[in-house]
Amino acid sequence: MTAVKRTRRGLVVSFDEVEASLLRHLVGEVRTLLAEDEPSVRDAPRTDPARSAGRQAVGPGLPTDAELTALTGLGGLAQSARDLAGPGDREAAGRARPDDPALARLLPDGYRDDPDAAGEFRRLTESSLRREKVAAAERMLAALPADGPGEVRLDAAATETWLGTLNDVRLALGTRLDVTEEMVEPDPDDPDAPAYVVYLWLTELQGVLVEVAEG
Amino acid sequence: MSGTIAPERAPGTGTETGTETGRSPDGVIEAALPWVTLVWNDPINLMSYVTHVFQKLFGYDREKATRLMLDVHRRGRAVVSSGSREQMEHDVTRLHAYGLWATLQQQ
Repeated sequence: MTAVKRTRRGLVVSFDEVEASLLRHLVGEVRTLLAEDEPSVRDAPRTDPARSAGRQAVGPGLPTDAELTALTGLGGLAQSARDLAGPGDREAAGRARPDDPALARLLPDGYRDDPDAAGEFRRLTESSLRREKVAAAERMLAALPADGPGEVRLDAAATETWLGTLNDVRLALGTRLDVTEEMVEPDPDDPDAPAYVVYLWLTELQGVLVEVAEG
Repeated sequence: MSGTIAPERAPGTGTETGTETGRSPDGVIEAALPWVTLVWNDPINLMSYVTHVFQKLFGYDREKATRLMLDVHRRGRAVVSSGSREQMEHDVTRLHAYGLWATLQQQ
């Protein structure tokens, strides 16, 4: 399990090679998912799963990006959201809620029973919310060990960034897994079992980060 | 909410805050502040994280943040702030940035 300790100069999170690789992949996928409408980000080669998938192992003996995508399913979500994205969304008076359930959970309606107000609120706020989440994911990606194991030191601001981005990853993955409060761990033969294990690891990591951050 | 990491704290810390009876968490009469921000329960967000966010965003102390989190968890939703429509839209946006499921409405 990823170790988190509190020091006088902030939190120190220690990753082994597999954890760092997995987290880089997951955060990259969520960044791609959220950046669908931002062409400059979407076309960036280093995060486009279609270009990197299966080409290159992230480290000796570690799963490739394609294998990680298959494991968590988040890459598939990003792809389906891209397929669903229509050019007409911005033309309408309001802006439609994303069809992709994970994206809709990351970018919820601001009004519950008023579709017009929800559409208008989304038109005014969704782009900046996406940019904010993408920027947070990029800060986390930049801080993660680029290759192999490593330690990351988090000041108060970085801790908030990490908590929020880890939460976005959990929201995307948890929505895909359709988790419930009473969910029992899937049978080992269930195709979702590996992704659920990853979800539980993220949950534990976020929980420990909150606990240590609160002191 | 997911309680995997943070088990429910002991009840009895005053969950009857009147949030369903027309008062804001601060006890301000609704007529003066007709818009409210609601946070809805969901199965993914951790209880400890939701409490943390309430403290960070609204400056609530841990007891009040915990009480609101438990309201969300047990009743399915809680009023977490009240004020003008513009203020509530701002609060909802901040809560969405943290990944909480928040909406605003006129009380």
